[in-house]
Amino acid sequence: MIHLLDNMLIRAAVQGLMIISIMLGCVTFLVWTERKVAGHIQLRIGPERVGPFGLLQTIADVIKLFMKEDITPSSANKVLYTIAPMLAVIPPMTSFAVVPVWSQFALADFNIGILWVLAFTSLSVYAIVLAGWSSNSKYSTLGGLRATAQMISYELAMGLSILPILMWSGTLSLREIVLLQQRHLWNIAVLPFGPIAFLLFLICAIAETNRAPFDLPEAEAELVAGFATEYSSMKWSFFFLGEYAAIMTGCAVATSLFLGGWGGPFVDQVPLLGIVYFVAKVFALIFVFMWVRWTFPRFRYDQLMGFGWKFLLPATLGTLVLGAICMTVFPGFYHQFYGR
Amino acid sequence: MVPISNYLWVSVILFSLGVTGVILRRNAIVIFMCIELMMNAANLAFVAFARQTHTLDGQVMVFFVMTVAAAEVAVGLAIIISMFRHHESVNIDQVDLLRG
Amino acid sequence: MPHLQFPALSVPLVLFWVFAVVACLMGLLVIVLANPVSSALALVMTLCAVAGLFLTLGAQFIAAVQVIVYAGAIMVLFLFVIMLLQLRGEPGGLRGVLFGPKVLAGALGVALITQMGSLVATAAWPAGAADPAAFDSPLNTQMIGKLLYSRYLLPFEVVSVLLLVALLGSVVLAKRKF
Repeated sequence: MIHLLDNMLIRAAVQGLMIISIMLGCVTFLVWTERKVAGHIQLRIGPERVGPFGLLQTIADVIKLFMKEDITPSSANKVLYTIAPMLAVIPPMTSFAVVPVWSQFALADFNIGILWVLAFTSLSVYAIVLAGWSSNSKYSTLGGLRATAQMISYELAMGLSILPILMWSGTLSLREIVLLQQRHLWNIAVLPFGPIAFLLFLICAIAETNRAPFDLPEAEAELVAGFATEYSSMKWSFFFLGEYAAIMTGCAVATSLFLGGWGGPFVDQVPLLGIVYFVAKVFALIFVFMWVRWTFPRFRYDQLMGFGWKFLLPATLGTLVLGAICMTVFPGFYHQFYGR
Repeated sequence: MVPISNYLWVSVILFSLGVTGVILRRNAIVIFMCIELMMNAANLAFVAFARQTHTLDGQVMVFFVMTVAAAEVAVGLAIIISMFRHHESVNIDQVDLLRG
Repeated sequence: MPHLQFPALSVPLVLFWVFAVVACLMGLLVIVLANPVSSALALVMTLCAVAGLFLTLGAQFIAAVQVIVYAGAIMVLFLFVIMLLQLRGEPGGLRGVLFGPKVLAGALGVALITQMGSLVATAAWPAGAADPAAFDSPLNTQMIGKLLYSRYLLPFEVVSVLLLVALLGSVVLAKRKF
């Protein structure tokens, strides 16, 4: 028994560390990509001085952040102020554990996989709430309050937007959802509810990661930097890290749910191709995230809440009902065209 | 296997902590949290018994308890907010207008 | 107990002790800490630990719902209200409470634990550890769903109405003017 425990724990720990370091590496790359994309969208060039194509720019930035003074406001609640940045990084990294990266590897294959993701997504709001509250500054508090309301609202819609796909797949395990898509069609192609659910999920994912046009919690024009106003140095960069990790996790989950995960042509003959497909799909989605960010203006706060509750929520419920009706009324059609 | 009485012990401790908290604390919000603590103790006992009797009814019961808890919190926090508007405080010792 | 074997250190046992200790310690912190935000955080930790206990009992769906609903929604609502009202905690925390109530509450707590504990210790629980194969199946969620829509259909619908009523009620209570 003890032997088993050791083996299991060591294996899990090694794999977990591997995933975390790969994610950290990707974040450095993503920051560079974001700046390049932003630059080209705004007819600039973006970073190009440090290293080839400016690739080492992020490394330089990280070193700069390390060197900066780590300030803790004297009126802040010290303990919570320190815990908050850690909480920003943990949930997205933990929820990545259930994403099947390719046919041979997923850190944990739960049969409640998607619920695990939702659970940790719902915990990610604490980082922002605590950062906002413990800083003891009015900008931070306002940012924290906004973030709480926003994340609760959009989380609801996000959970609901997944439901038609779960109904269609009949399982909560991400791995099985991917396998089903390989045998038949990608879920995004299941008409009529597939593409709608994908679009709604993407919108909610952007809102959940607090990115423009939903970046009200840190709206720099009105709230300085929102919940992160008082943070500096490495503590601040942890929020940054958490945001990019959340983007990666969100895109990886969307890939598994809607875009067939590691699936693609010839993946049965050459299993390693799976990783290539998976990474390609995830990065394509991340590019969409960046594209949206640098294209759309920010919402006003009442517009944001109105959009969430008056449009997104009814739309997701409608998609759910639509999916249910289609699957019950035309089972023959789905059997013929989608083999299910 | 972990014997069921272990789980019941945890449940007992959590429930007693909740009761003590309700008596001890004066902050309406913290009292509310202690009630949640007691509910969780009950939930734990439900799930432990469900495991022991090989049925899922206990788990379904927990599902209902959670739903009721959500409804209760929504209404309760609304009451606390309106209470705060009237008294500028959530200390239950200061909210005694109903006392004759 | 002739049939039950307790290995020195099995995975479920270790997990049980970790989660149980965290749950009880954090539960204690809920009632001891002066700052309501800290209390709320301690309660979140308790809830997550209880979710872990649910997992060791094979109740995967309930564990997930516990984190999503309790820790992710209900407790965030608590924090939201605390931030909205700008509560900064009772000065001195428990030191502000009179001596009498303190003793009374402590005595009551101890009495409760001993009384219920003696029940737990002496009662004859149905013997035989649960059979994991029948319970840890991946169908846990599916079976709960089937129960909800067959035997518990009426309570399920009633609860949905209750949620609607609570929604309306909280809006009516908290709104200043209509």
